[in-house]
Amino acid sequence: MLRVEDLDKNYGDNKVLKGVNLTIEEGEITVIVGPSGGGKTTLLRCISALTEPDNGSIIINNKYLYKHGKRAQKKDELEIRMDMGLVFQNFNLFPHMSILENITEAPRVVLGVRIEEVKNKGKEILGFLGLSNKENSYPFQLSGGQKQRVAIGRALAMEPRLICFDEPTSALDPSSTGEVANLIKKLSVEKGMTVLIITHDMTFATMVADRILSMDNGVLKNEHMYI
Amino acid sequence: MNNLINLLPQVFQGLKVTIEVFILTLALSMPLGILVAQGRLSKNKILNKITSGYILIMRGTPLLLQIVFIFFGLPIIGITFDRFPAAILAFTLNYAAYFAEIFRAGIVSIDEGQYEAAKVLGFSQKYIFFKIVVPQAIKRILPAVANEVITLVKDTALVYVVGLDELLKVGKIASNTEASLMPLLVVGIIYLLLIAVFSEVFKKLEKRYNYYQ
Repeated sequence: MLRVEDLDKNYGDNKVLKGVNLTIEEGEITVIVGPSGGGKTTLLRCISALTEPDNGSIIINNKYLYKHGKRAQKKDELEIRMDMGLVFQNFNLFPHMSILENITEAPRVVLGVRIEEVKNKGKEILGFLGLSNKENSYPFQLSGGQKQRVAIGRALAMEPRLICFDEPTSALDPSSTGEVANLIKKLSVEKGMTVLIITHDMTFATMVADRILSMDNGVLKNEHMYI
Repeated sequence: MNNLINLLPQVFQGLKVTIEVFILTLALSMPLGILVAQGRLSKNKILNKITSGYILIMRGTPLLLQIVFIFFGLPIIGITFDRFPAAILAFTLNYAAYFAEIFRAGIVSIDEGQYEAAKVLGFSQKYIFFKIVVPQAIKRILPAVANEVITLVKDTALVYVVGLDELLKVGKIASNTEASLMPLLVVGIIYLLLIAVFSEVFKKLEKRYNYYQ
């Protein structure tokens, strides 16, 4: 589903990613753990095409987003992006849009789906996430956990094959770690989603992961120091 | 009392000039301000320098001086304007600089995460700017824009320098001929009423954006 080959990224003299290789199979939940500054977030940003890698390839669903450091062409890039959803650490919901609009805008505007259809699907997603009564609320009225579920719903609405999470437990109180883990497992089981998670929360990682990798100093390792 | 009633037609004439200057300046300087703000935000160095220089000059010299230069100065190099267009041009150029900085501040105040979230979802640059950044920026800049609009109402009095009979000038002349402060009091109250109306309009606008935080 996702393949990363020899990915390099430098910020000046600082080598953040040093030839990272990663393969994630369809339907798998992969967690990358490691200390801050180890390059996890940069890797995720490269996979989301928010940061340009210096070299290496990223292949999502058999299509090259980056080939040996060269970005896909504009029109292909959008199509490749659509196979991938990202849930940000601080969610980045659109504060001026209602919860339902947050979820329906992208399919309506980017994919051109009819408004009735996106609304029905949006409501269905909110139901799946246990937020049916919140469709007309605004993000500021929700708790951290609810905002996160909206952010997940916003990504799901684009029907990605791969969904990535950046530090999904860091903005929530510790008691909701289990809830998030269950929700992500539900995504994997019920929606057949491939999941990639970046975190330094080891408890959470062991709860949710099919496979845990560790990253430090720009290098990804199969084994990790915590187990 | 009789004098006051005799004064009214002139006051209305003056008020008409004041409101014309006000409306035309707003209608022209806001769009120009958006363009200048784009220039200031542009990665193009030349465009950036030009707009920065423009803003420095417009904010760095008195508006009165700018009106005088455009009306009395430009004819020296062969560019002539009538009184009214000269005043409007000076006001527009001046106010666009202030609006540009307010707009720029509003746009840069939007969190980078909003752009990134929108980009990942596949929204176009145009959609991101107009549907995600601008609506949120407007909410933030409304109080600053209200300040400028209110200042503009009173600044319109400066057009007297090119010989236009605006509200305050009418009041001053009447005050001199009658040796009374009454006419000035009347025009003072008119300014106050105008500004009270605009303040109310902006309060309503801010309320309309109150549905989210």
